[in-house]
Amino acid sequence: MIIALTASGDGLDARMDSRFGRARRFLLYNLDDGTVRTVDNDEGQRAAQGAGIQAAETIARLGVGGLVTGHCGPNAFRVLRAAGIPVFSTTAATVSEAIDAYRAGTLTRIDAPDVDGHWT
Amino acid sequence: MMLGVASGKGGTGKTTVAVNLARAFGSGVWLADCDVEEPNAHLFLRGTTIGSRTVSLPVPQVEAGLCDACGACARLCQYHAIVSFGTPPLLFPELCHGCGGCVRVCPRGAIAEVDRRIGVVETQRDGHITLVQGRLDVGVALVPPLVRAVKASLPRDMPVIVDAPPGTSCPVIATIRGLDALALVTEPTPFGLHDLSLAVDMVRQLNIPFGVVVNRVGVGDDRVHGFCRREGIPILLDIPDDRRIAEVCSRGRLVVDELPEYRPAFARLWAGACALAAPVPALAPL
Ligand code: SF4
Ligand code: SF4
Repeated sequence: MIIALTASGDGLDARMDSRFGRARRFLLYNLDDGTVRTVDNDEGQRAAQGAGIQAAETIARLGVGGLVTGHCGPNAFRVLRAAGIPVFSTTAATVSEAIDAYRAGTLTRIDAPDVDGHWT
Repeated sequence: MMLGVASGKGGTGKTTVAVNLARAFGSGVWLADCDVEEPNAHLFLRGTTIGSRTVSLPVPQVEAGLCDACGACARLCQYHAIVSFGTPPLLFPELCHGCGGCVRVCPRGAIAEVDRRIGVVETQRDGHITLVQGRLDVGVALVPPLVRAVKASLPRDMPVIVDAPPGTSCPVIATIRGLDALALVTEPTPFGLHDLSLAVDMVRQLNIPFGVVVNRVGVGDDRVHGFCRREGIPILLDIPDDRRIAEVCSRGRLVVDELPEYRPAFARLWAGACALAAPVPALAPL
């Protein structure tokens, strides 16, 4: 299974980006073979509005089995829920720490948006 | 004649100029407050409301039984107001601009339109001034459609003064597009010059004749005047940094009422703006 993480750089040492809609990039981590792929979030960063929806659509199209991020606003959350993608919240500093926490099962699954729309 | 009063940022005295200009008229004039997120021209008037109408946008509503989840609507919508990934679409009406594109593109006729209220346009009358103001509902972010509704309520055969929202973004452009002339209000400070130069770039792109009103002349330096001279921009009005003006404004009163010596200056502002809008035709070369 592949999970998506919001990051501000490339690779497993990259810092996590706590925003979702306006995250710098999404790192796609394959839990089975440990490979990493990067997807830029240029559109979400540029969007005046709807950045969270845009990002959630991107994530849904990538067919990931979960999203690990800092915070998730209501619109993005609605799209992710409709797409059946579980969202996990973390305060981990780096991508690799967040992955370790995911594997250890210590991340909190969000079942409601935790910030208002403009934060994302 | 429709004159816009705009400025590169808030707090330059734009509304003060617009309202006093309207009051300085001897006969009927319309004042349009297009700062629909924070209309404030009415605070300077003592008008009675003579009309109010709600403004709505048509937003989509999906009949799930007809939808086959093809996703065509979502691919078309550039505002992400309708989203689908192999599912009947999710709707985000607060992001919908009411363009109707999704309705037309749906191959199964599964999308109907319903009205979503975005705000009101109110009309007030205070003596010879008719004020039209837009007021966006709380939580609505779609400024341009309401600005267009305000402008659509204005007469074509009367003098009209349009108070624009501050800044240089979409709401301002929706406001000033199609006006006959613009007065850009600024202060004679380095910040004022910076914001003025942004506004000048915007207005030049839209190709609208414009001049500058310098408010609080004396507080800063002469760089705004130097800039206008170099760029060939007419100064329509210099308003001195007169403490009495600040007092009058802070009491919500009008300068032209309380300090009548300023009346002729506002009359000249209108005359200067009209000259910009309809310049004397150049003589044909002999
Ligand atoms: S009407 Fe236009 S903006 Fe609104 S959802 Fe349809 S395509 Fe998007
Ligand atoms: S275009 Fe029509 S049929 Fe296709 S997903 Fe949208 S609403 Fe459903």
